[in-house]
Amino acid sequence: MTATAIELPAAVDAPPRTAAARIRRRLTSRTASLVAIAIAVLWTMPTFGLMLSSLRPEDQIKTTGWWTFFSDPALTLDNYRQVLFGTSSSSGQLASFLINSVVITVPAVLLPVALAAFAAYALAWLPFRGRDWVFIGIFALQVVPLQMALVPLLSFFSRGVTVAGVPIVPAWNLDGFAQVWFAHTCFALPLGIFLLHNFMAGLPGELMEAARVDGATHGVILRRIVVPLVAPALATFALFQFLWVWNDLLVALIFAGGTAESAPMTVRLAQMAGTRGDEWQRLTSGAFVSAIIPLIVFLSLQRYFVRGLLAGGVKG
Amino acid sequence: MNLAFDLAAEAPKFVQLVIGVAAFCAVVAAMLLLVDRVPMRQRARWPAAVLLAPALLLLGVGLVVPAIRTTVLSFRSGDTTSWVGLDNYEWMFGQPEALTVLRNTLVWVALVPLLVTSVGLVYAVVVDNTRFERLAKSLVFLPMAISFVGAGIIWKFVYAYRPPGADQIGLLNQVVVSLGWQPRQWLLGPPANTLFLIVVMVWIQAGFATVVLSAAIKAVPADLVEAARLDGASPLQLFRRVTLPCIRPAVIVVLVTQSIGTLKLFDIVRTMTGGQFDTSVIANEMYNQAFRYGETGRGAALAVFLFVLVLPIVGYQVRNLRQARQEAR
Repeated sequence: MTATAIELPAAVDAPPRTAAARIRRRLTSRTASLVAIAIAVLWTMPTFGLMLSSLRPEDQIKTTGWWTFFSDPALTLDNYRQVLFGTSSSSGQLASFLINSVVITVPAVLLPVALAAFAAYALAWLPFRGRDWVFIGIFALQVVPLQMALVPLLSFFSRGVTVAGVPIVPAWNLDGFAQVWFAHTCFALPLGIFLLHNFMAGLPGELMEAARVDGATHGVILRRIVVPLVAPALATFALFQFLWVWNDLLVALIFAGGTAESAPMTVRLAQMAGTRGDEWQRLTSGAFVSAIIPLIVFLSLQRYFVRGLLAGGVKG
Repeated sequence: MNLAFDLAAEAPKFVQLVIGVAAFCAVVAAMLLLVDRVPMRQRARWPAAVLLAPALLLLGVGLVVPAIRTTVLSFRSGDTTSWVGLDNYEWMFGQPEALTVLRNTLVWVALVPLLVTSVGLVYAVVVDNTRFERLAKSLVFLPMAISFVGAGIIWKFVYAYRPPGADQIGLLNQVVVSLGWQPRQWLLGPPANTLFLIVVMVWIQAGFATVVLSAAIKAVPADLVEAARLDGASPLQLFRRVTLPCIRPAVIVVLVTQSIGTLKLFDIVRTMTGGQFDTSVIANEMYNQAFRYGETGRGAALAVFLFVLVLPIVGYQVRNLRQARQEAR
């Protein structure tokens, strides 16, 4: 009885629409489509223009707009060869920086994921005094601007820590990648712990209790129960952190220096945009090289990203 | 063209990568071993301490202690050797160049969250329940995967300038010229150049707003919409009276997130203008003062001011979180 009562209004609603109502509906849906198309075009056009330009010969990029391609098509991969492998100092040498980006990113994603997972498990499932305050503190740290940490952290790496003239922590060797990994890991933890905690807290408590009754240790519970169940959440956070580290400029500028020794692609591109701002054949191809990897990862893992955004992924 | 790439020369980097991954494995193994060695019993304190220790240590060393030191540094001179009282703050609120920076940041924070939310909301509404919804959302969402540096270059190319008479290579100037106007150097003339930089940020972030708001719109109870429609509400009324009140929390999330992100914005300004032509913002100026001009005190003062600006947001968020946790009990 109740089922039909609910279905009835919907069934009645469909047919008796007046003609005026139908026209109004069509009109609004037409403007709506126009707005949608306008925004979609506006949002795609700049990227498309850049991609197309990166494939055009140098003299054409610099003298004609990319839209002339359709009347006078000419394609080349020279720009990519030049920007990746060119030996002249002006050419970009992006291949080295690409490797740096990879070397920076992999540990800077793995470490915070693991450490945040451990901490989130403790905060979600181990009752201890002061737990709420620890959690709220970490949550608040999410919003603290990185800028607050940069100067002292750099001096911590370059000079170490001395208390009253006694060295406690020695200076780090600043040539390598370790300090970049360290900085990225520190800055990622608040968001990571918060996100993973939210997912872990949603796991059924009976599951943990049953495992504990069976004599499972926390290590076993983590490995056998928690990690498999929150694997999508781990993927979400890993994806966030990957995009953050790969696309980061500020942390890299300060902790990775500016040379092909250890600086990532973003640093090199920012340099090129500043000093060789009109060498569009290199800028377009370089920008595309740096964008293509996150784009592929992003497109294939988009649903994890959306899930993370909806779970409150805000980063400091 | 001279092309060369010596993979062997890059080998040391891969050695470092292997060391880094090995360190990761060692940390995980050590943690799991340690937490299993700790007696379980009723007390959760010890396993919790083991599991939390590395994260809390890193947060302390990497964020908390540096933040306190930065606050102290903001009262010290540029080379950090002597106390200068409030001099750095006086500089920040007194010198015209610093005031320009503050004004620009204000413009950014006033406009970006508003524009991002509006564009995201309009787009989420117009593509809702259409055949191309997924594709349409992906298109607007894509810029989120691109770095701010990459986005800066993409838009610098859109704004590219060629003198009148020559073929334009930038899309915007081409449109302007074909409408019969003169081409312009969009990024050189204040105060409008800040607006052209803001466009880039909106372009990147609109996808975020679209996704969050679209999910909220879909969660609006269908019978509510149906009831309003039966009462003869027009689409616009429906949106204002039913949809908007229902998605208010999501709108606030977008506004808050965007405000925080915009306050800390650095990459776009640095890539596109380097902060010249009166476009600098706090985060960019902080980097310049602290790491380029050796004015650590001023840089620290700017960072502290940034922190003070987000403080109310932190307070608001913490209050919400505590309420949510209390309700969950």
